[in-house]
Amino acid sequence: MYKIVSKTTLNNTTDKMEIYAPFVAKNAKPGHFIILRVDKAGERIPLTITEHTDETVTIIYQKLGYTTSQLGQKIVGDTVEDFVGPLGQEVEIKEASTLLAVAGGVGAAPLYPQLQAYHAQGTKVDLVIGAKQQRYLILLDDYKSICNKVYVCTDDGSQGTKGFVTDFLKQHLKNHTYDHSIAIGPLIMMKHVVSLHKTFNLSTDVSLNPIMIDGTGMCGNCRVSIGDKTYFACIDGPDFPGEKINFDELISRQSFYTEEEHMCQLEELVSNDKK
Amino acid sequence: MIKNKIKMNEQSPKERTTNFKEVALGYTKQQAIEEAKRCLQCDSPKCVSACPVEIDIPKFIQQLTNNQFKAAYNTIEQDNILPSICGRVCPQEKQCEGACVLNAKFDSVSIGALEHFIGDFALKENYSPSHKITPVHHKIAIVGSGPAGLSNATTLTKLGYDVTIYEALHRFGGVLNYGIPEFRLPNDIINQEINKVKALNVKFEKNVVIGKSITIDQLFTDHDYKAVFIGSGAGLPRRLNIKGENYGGVLYANEFLTRVNLMDAANFPTTKTPIKTGDDVAVVGGGNVAMDAARTAKRLGAKNIFIIYRRDETSLPARVEEIKHAKEEGIEFRLTLNPVAFNGENYRVSTVVCQKMRLGEKDASGRRRPLPTDTYKTFKIDTCIIAIGQRPNPILSRANDQLKTDEYGRVVVNNHETSIPNVFAGGDIVSGAATVIHAMGAGKKAAYAMDQKIKSS
Repeated sequence: MYKIVSKTTLNNTTDKMEIYAPFVAKNAKPGHFIILRVDKAGERIPLTITEHTDETVTIIYQKLGYTTSQLGQKIVGDTVEDFVGPLGQEVEIKEASTLLAVAGGVGAAPLYPQLQAYHAQGTKVDLVIGAKQQRYLILLDDYKSICNKVYVCTDDGSQGTKGFVTDFLKQHLKNHTYDHSIAIGPLIMMKHVVSLHKTFNLSTDVSLNPIMIDGTGMCGNCRVSIGDKTYFACIDGPDFPGEKINFDELISRQSFYTEEEHMCQLEELVSNDKK
Repeated sequence: MIKNKIKMNEQSPKERTTNFKEVALGYTKQQAIEEAKRCLQCDSPKCVSACPVEIDIPKFIQQLTNNQFKAAYNTIEQDNILPSICGRVCPQEKQCEGACVLNAKFDSVSIGALEHFIGDFALKENYSPSHKITPVHHKIAIVGSGPAGLSNATTLTKLGYDVTIYEALHRFGGVLNYGIPEFRLPNDIINQEINKVKALNVKFEKNVVIGKSITIDQLFTDHDYKAVFIGSGAGLPRRLNIKGENYGGVLYANEFLTRVNLMDAANFPTTKTPIKTGDDVAVVGGGNVAMDAARTAKRLGAKNIFIIYRRDETSLPARVEEIKHAKEEGIEFRLTLNPVAFNGENYRVSTVVCQKMRLGEKDASGRRRPLPTDTYKTFKIDTCIIAIGQRPNPILSRANDQLKTDEYGRVVVNNHETSIPNVFAGGDIVSGAATVIHAMGAGKKAAYAMDQKIKSS
């Protein structure tokens, strides 16, 4: 059992949670993720490590699915059943004097440790951060302290530029150049950002968060087609160069259990109703 | 003497395909004793040397005929702490029973069924292993709680070492737990036999991925281990490398079986890991894992399940018993076919295209080599489960470039020791995917090599 030592609400759908897990914390590096199971009947889900101390690991999650909602009901002092990591490959921090980072929604969480590492090596980082509405923007203040510029986009214009990050980037890249870029967010966003950046000859790394069970290369559920090769996000990733990723296939794979996810949530609603 | 072996009772095919309960019901005490009496008690028994862990088979059978159940258990447990498991999943027909002299004219003694009986009897009666502990107090770390690790741990504990097993998953048992379905090996049996290992004072740590959570170097420097045994198994699925393999609905047996065995997906949505098969399910491969996957799909409610295998029936690598069970349960065999592509829309599979094969000359495996023909067959499917083998898990070798592996990713050993001094390895990580009992044999032999190395240094 792994104890929750602190918890912060970032917005009405997103929490930040610090968990006591020394075996995970000890070797954690940017890019690494964990797999957790909330209780004995629970599924195993992967989440990126956003920060860590010698003994604790911090994760940020959006309470959209069944498991993340269940996790969101836990409070400080509660425990989660299983918590294993650090998994995946440490992200390669590339040599770059300028970097463009693009975050979409809760993708701002896994991006954070990577930008910290770029900032630490002296890279000048510009961030474009997007969300549906102002209230879904997370970590803005944290980013302001490590980024050269932070550009905000919201779908409804409630903060920053109105529109998708790609709308903003189309204009922005006309008069800004960068050595490299990273985009982390929903698959559809990463797909469009990568394709836009290609037209500007800007390389883009992305971080993937496919369905996983073990996270150690065993199940193969997290596979991703890159060019004519197949990679396992759990042991080869989760970060990959975005250019050759088959995002459409990933989007299809990601939605394979959508109906079942919905069933879980309905079950929960029914059982809450009975209470 | 009775010429034919006594058949074990089983759940009927009609009944068992509606549940995940064990198919084999085990011998009664009378059946076990009667079967044990068929053993000729050979002067130089061939069965013992055919057993990878060299159980004193005639001795435990003799004790069984004398109603000495505890003694029989202790005879087995000297060499094998997991009799209930091995009695169920060992390919005895190729090992002890294959070597039985009765085979010449009659049925061999059902050694596996007798081991199964004694193992279960010991669990029911709560017999404990008898062992002498000579305290040495050196700490040993074991990577993986599968058959190799459990056997290594048991042997080392009996030699007096302070042993800790690290497991990456949230439950212990490795492939016994995530791979083999409950209808062949109930989780309850695994847990009870692992409890016997725990009772020997072996420590178990779950959710620790050696190479990630703790590196091999850190095991020595930060945790004071004297030696390490790697038994991390062959967990990486082998791919077909054909078009459409990454479509939704195409999955590896590892994923399919893990969802059901480890995550209990059959009880979704009470448990939260989903699974779905649709009506038409193809399983590619002819080994035990393929049979397990097909029979699991049946129990999940799939209607038309067929095995696709590129050779003929006589070449199927699965145990005859598993093939028989699969056929009884309505699994169809579509043989001398080799999948060449998956088709579908929006990255969801809808058909598998197979090339008809013909059989040529015998190859190195002694089976006739499948050769392609110009004929193709297309089958409509909702799900395809690929069960064509596993490769060694790469996490440790990637995390440590000192750890030498061969071109297949298998850890290279010399007298069970890897290229890193005091780091030993055994089981599927060394041999490639093999059997539970071979892994146990390797774990046991490695334990003696470790003991020797520690004592001589």
